[in-house]
Amino acid sequence: MSLVALATPIVAPTIEYARIAPVLIVLGAALLGVLIEAFVSRPLRRGAQLFVTFIALAVAFWAVVRLHGTSTLAVQGAVAIDGPTLFLQGSVLLLSLVAALLMAEREVDPAGDAFAARASALPGSNEEREFTAMGWTQTEVWPLFLFSVGGMLLFPAANDLLTMFVALEVLSLPLYLLAGMARRRRLLSQEAALKYFVLGAFSSAFFLFGAALLYGFAGTVQFGGIASALSSRAGQTGLVLGGTGLIAVGLLFKVGAAPFHQWTPDVYQGSPTPITAFMAAGTKVAAFGALLRVFYVALGGIRWDWRPMMWTIAILTMVVGVVMALTQQDIKRMLAYSSVAHAGFLLTGVIAVSQRGLGGSMFYLLTYGFTVIGAFAVVSLVRDSAGEATHLSQWAGLGKRSPLLAGIFTVFLLAMAGIPLTSGFAGKFAIFASAVASGDGPLVVVAVLASAAAAFFYIRVIVLMFFSEPAQDGPVVVVPSAFTTIALAVCVAVTVVLGVMPQPVLNLVDQASVFVR
Amino acid sequence: MTLATLLSAQVSPATGSFHYASLLVLLPLLGAAVLLLGGRRTNTWGHLLGVAAVLGSFVVAASLFFAMVSRPSESRSIVETLYSGISVGGFSIPIAFRIDPLTICFLLLITGVGSLIHIYSVGYMEHDPNRRRFFGYLNLFIAAMLVLVLADNYALLYVGWEGVGLASYLLIGFYQERPSAATAAKKAFIVNRVGDLGLFIAIMVMFVTFGTVSFDGVFAGVSHTSSTTLNAIGLLLLLGACGKSAQVPLQSWLLDAMEGPTPVSALIHAATMVTAGVYLVARSGAIFSAASIALTAVAIVGTVTLIFGAVIGSAMDDIKKALAGSTMSQIGYMILGVGLGTKGYALGISHLLSHGFFKAGLFLGAGAVMHAMSDRLDMRRFGGLRKFMPITSTTFLLAYLAIIGIPPFSGFFTKDPIIDAAYNSGGYGWIYGVVGQVTAGLTAFYMTRIVAMTFFGPKRWEEDAHPHEAPKSMTIPQIILAVGSVGLGGLLMVGNRLPHFLAPIVGEAEAPNYLSVNTFVTLGLVLIGAGYGWYVYARNEVPLLAPAGGPLTVAARKSLYGDALNEAVFMRPGQYLTRLLVFTDNRIVDGAVNGTAALVGGLSTRARKWQNGFARSYALSMLGGAVVIAAALILVRR
Repeated sequence: MSLVALATPIVAPTIEYARIAPVLIVLGAALLGVLIEAFVSRPLRRGAQLFVTFIALAVAFWAVVRLHGTSTLAVQGAVAIDGPTLFLQGSVLLLSLVAALLMAEREVDPAGDAFAARASALPGSNEEREFTAMGWTQTEVWPLFLFSVGGMLLFPAANDLLTMFVALEVLSLPLYLLAGMARRRRLLSQEAALKYFVLGAFSSAFFLFGAALLYGFAGTVQFGGIASALSSRAGQTGLVLGGTGLIAVGLLFKVGAAPFHQWTPDVYQGSPTPITAFMAAGTKVAAFGALLRVFYVALGGIRWDWRPMMWTIAILTMVVGVVMALTQQDIKRMLAYSSVAHAGFLLTGVIAVSQRGLGGSMFYLLTYGFTVIGAFAVVSLVRDSAGEATHLSQWAGLGKRSPLLAGIFTVFLLAMAGIPLTSGFAGKFAIFASAVASGDGPLVVVAVLASAAAAFFYIRVIVLMFFSEPAQDGPVVVVPSAFTTIALAVCVAVTVVLGVMPQPVLNLVDQASVFVR
Repeated sequence: MTLATLLSAQVSPATGSFHYASLLVLLPLLGAAVLLLGGRRTNTWGHLLGVAAVLGSFVVAASLFFAMVSRPSESRSIVETLYSGISVGGFSIPIAFRIDPLTICFLLLITGVGSLIHIYSVGYMEHDPNRRRFFGYLNLFIAAMLVLVLADNYALLYVGWEGVGLASYLLIGFYQERPSAATAAKKAFIVNRVGDLGLFIAIMVMFVTFGTVSFDGVFAGVSHTSSTTLNAIGLLLLLGACGKSAQVPLQSWLLDAMEGPTPVSALIHAATMVTAGVYLVARSGAIFSAASIALTAVAIVGTVTLIFGAVIGSAMDDIKKALAGSTMSQIGYMILGVGLGTKGYALGISHLLSHGFFKAGLFLGAGAVMHAMSDRLDMRRFGGLRKFMPITSTTFLLAYLAIIGIPPFSGFFTKDPIIDAAYNSGGYGWIYGVVGQVTAGLTAFYMTRIVAMTFFGPKRWEEDAHPHEAPKSMTIPQIILAVGSVGLGGLLMVGNRLPHFLAPIVGEAEAPNYLSVNTFVTLGLVLIGAGYGWYVYARNEVPLLAPAGGPLTVAARKSLYGDALNEAVFMRPGQYLTRLLVFTDNRIVDGAVNGTAALVGGLSTRARKWQNGFARSYALSMLGGAVVIAAALILVRR
C-alpha cells in the first residue's frame, strides 16, 4: 500500500463568505454582544447592546438586499442561497427589527423592560426584590436574541439535514432561555421555558432520527442527493418513509402543527410578550422555510406518499386551532391557538408543491408575521398593577377608554380573520388559490370553513372591546415610548398596505419562489 | 356603424393633465375627511376649506376641459386606471376613471354650480352652529357625485350612486332635531333603495351576460346579446334612474326632501344628483338603443312625470315644494329626451345642463327669500318683495324666463328641441309632443304663480317679517347663475355645439329647428299659461288660506297620491316580508347557527382537557402523533 495515497492533502472547504454574510453578521454581532456583557460597565451595556443589535439587523438586511437575484449553493452545498432563502431571511430580519423595538421598550412597566431584573434570582425572593429595586436589567437577552435570529436566518437556507439540525438548535436554545425571563409571573414563565425545552429536545430527537434514516437510505444528507437517490432507486421504502415521517414531526413541532402544538399556548402565555411576538413571527417564518425546502427539494419526488399525511395534519391543525381558540379566556392563549390555526392554513401551501404554493406561503408568512407582532404589541400595553391584563374580561369596553388602541387591535384581528383590505385576506387568497390550482379543492373548503369559524373568536374580541361596558377597576392602556409606537405603526402600515396594494410584494415572491437544487 | 361599436373603438390612456383627474375626487374627499373627522377644531375655518376644495376641483375640471377640446374629436375618451384591485377568476373591478365629452359636461356642472352653492352656503348657513358639518357633507356629496360620473364601469358608478344617496340622506336630515326632516331623510333613503336595487340587479345581470361590468366591455357585447336580456337590463336601469331622479312611480321622496337646507335643494335635489338618472340612461345609450321596449318605457316614464310634476307644482303653496314639483317635471323632459334614443341623448343632456343653472338659480332665490322672511315658505304670506330684494327678484325673474322657455333664454333652446324631437320620433311620438307642449303651458302657469305670489302684488306678510336683501356671498352666486340662465342654452345649442361635442359618446342628434310650427304653438301655450297665471295671482287677490279647490287640486296638493302608492306597493308587502324573515331567522337560521355553535363550543370545552399543562402528556401526544404518521406513511405505501 502506497503512502502516497494516504498523504492526499485534505482540501479545506470553500466558504463563500459574501453569500452567507447575513448569517455571519448577525452571529458576529451576537458574539460581540457577549463581549459587551463581559467588558462594558453595567450602565453602558444596554445602550451598547441596542446599538449593536439594531445596526447588525439593519446591515444584515442590507446584505440580503445586496444578494438579491442570487441562486446558488454555497459552503460546499450545505447552504442554499436562492429566492426563498433571501425572501425569508429578509422577512426574518424585518420582523426581528420590529420585535427588537418591543424588547427595547421600558416605559410600559414602571419597573423596567419586559425581562426579569435577574433571571437567576428565585421568584419572590428578597434577592429578586433587591435587584429590581436597583434597576438592573438582564441585558444578556440581546445576544441571546441575536443568536436566535442567526439560527432563523440559517434554518430556511440549510440545504442538508445536518446544517438544518444545527440551525434548528441555534434558533431554539436561546428561545428556551428567553421564554423563561419574564419580569412578571415568573413561575409561569419558567414553567413555560422548561416545557418548551423538554418538548423541543424531544422533537429534535425525532428530527435527528429521521435524518439518520434518510442518510441510511441515500448515503448523503444533502437535499439534492436525497432527491436524486429517490428518483434513481426504488425499494427500501421503510427507511425513506420512516425518515420522512420523523423529519416531519421535528419540523411540525416548530411550526406548531397539531398534534405537536400543545406547547404553544403554554409557552406563548408564559414568555415575556416581546419574546412571544418574536417567536410567533420569526420561528414560524424560519420553520416554514425549512419545512418547504425539505419537502419541496429533498422529498418532492415522493410527494404522493407524504401529501395524504400532510392533508390530515393540516386539517387537524386548522380544526384544533380554531376549536380550541373558541373557548379561551386569555388573550395570549387565544392568539397562540390562532397561530396554530394559521400554521394549518400555511400547510395548504406546503401541500400544493408548486411555485405558486411556495410564493403564497412566503407572502402569507410575511403578512402574518407583522400582524401577529402588532397584536402582541397591543397586548403588552393593556396593563393593571400586576402586569399585563391578559384575561379577556378585562378587555371589555377597551374601545371606549382607548379607541385608538382598540382600533389598531381591530385591524390586526380583522387581518387574522382574513377580512378583505387587510394583508390577511391577500395572504389567504394567495395561498388558497395555489392549493386550488394544485387540485386540493376539498382541503381549501375545510380551510375556508375554519377561517369562517375563526372569525368568530376574533370578532368576539372586537365586540367585547367596543360594545361592552368597561369594568370599574379595569386595566389601563399605557402610553408607550417611541419604540413600541414605531413598532405598532409599522405593523399597522404593513397590514393595511399589503391588504390594499399587495401586488408589488406578490410580484416579488413570484420572482423569488424558485428553490435552487 | 352602430352606436356600440362606435363607443368601444377609441379609448386612449391618460396623458398630460389627465393624470390629475383623480384630484377631482380627492380634493373634496379630503375636505370632507378633514371637516368630519377634525371636529370642533375646524369650526372657524372649516367652511372656507370646503369652498376651497370644490373650487380646486373646478379648476381641475376646467383645465381638463381645455385639454380635451384641444384634442381631435375622435380621441377624447381617456381612461385612467388608478387601482386594479384583486381579480377573482376573471372578474375584476378596477378603479378606473373615464373622461370623455359626456363626463366633462357633468364635471363642469357639478364643480361649477357646486362651487357657487358652496359660496352661497357660507352666507346662508352663517348662523348655524353646525355649519362645518354641513360643508363636510357637501364636500362628501361632491366627491361621490364626481365618482358617479367619472366611473369607467358600472360597479364604480354604483359606488358613487350610493355615495350621493348617503350624502343626500345626511343633508335632507341635516336639521335632525326636526322630526319631519328625519322622516323625510329616511323616506328618501328607503325609496331610493328600491331604485338602487334595480340598478344593482342590472349590474349583476350585466356581469352574468357580458362577463364584465366595464362600459366598453358591456357595450361591445350588446351586438350579440338577445333583445330580451337587453330589455331586462334597460328596464332595471330605468328603475334605478326613477329612484334617483324622482320619476313616477318613485317620485314621492323629492317633495319631502325639501326639508333639507335650501342650498342642498339647489345643488342635490335640483341641479346635480337628481339628474343622475338621465346620465345613467344617456351613458347606457348603447344598451337602450338596442332595447326598444326599455327605451319606450323611458319615454313614457318621462312623459308621465313631466305632466305629473307640473300638476303638483301648480298646487303647492310652499315655495320649495312648488319648485320641487317643477324639478320633477323638468327632469321628466330630460328623461323623455333620452328616451327618444340616439336622436335625443344629447338633447336630454343639454336640457340637464341649462336646467342645472336656472333651477339652482331659482332655489337660491327661494333661499334668499326664506332668509328674508324668517324661514317662512308659504307663498300666500309673501308678496311685493320685488322692491325689497332687487337683486334676488331680478335674478329670479331671469331664471323664470329661462324655465318657461321664452327666447332667447336658456330653456327655450334646450326644451324646445326635445318637444320637436318627440314629434319627429314617429309612431306614437306625437303623444309625447302634445303632452310636452301642454306642460310647457302649465310650466308657464305655475312659474308665473310663484313669481306673482312672491315678488308682486300686495304684502301679505306676517307681522314679524323684515325683508332685506341677502349678503353678497349669497347674491353673487345668484347673479352668476342668472347669467347662465340667460346665455347657456344659446351657447350650447346654437350651431348644435353641444350635441356635436357629445356625438362621439351618445351618437349624433339632429340639429333642432327653432322655426317650426311646433315652436310657435309651444310659445303660444306658454304665453297663455303665463297670462292666466298673472291674471289669477297678480291681478286678483290671493287668499291667505288656500281655498278648497276641485278634486284635481286636492289630489295635486297630496302630490297625486304618490305616498299612498308607495305604501301599498312597497311598504305593506315589505312589512309582511320582514315579519316572515324575522320568523325564519329566529326559528330556523338561528336554530342552525346556535346549534352548531353549541356543538363546537362543547367540543372545545372537552378538548381543553387534553391541554392539562403536563409536559409528559404533551410528549405522549407527540409520540402518538409521530407513531401514527410514520405508520400511516409506511402502511399507505404497501
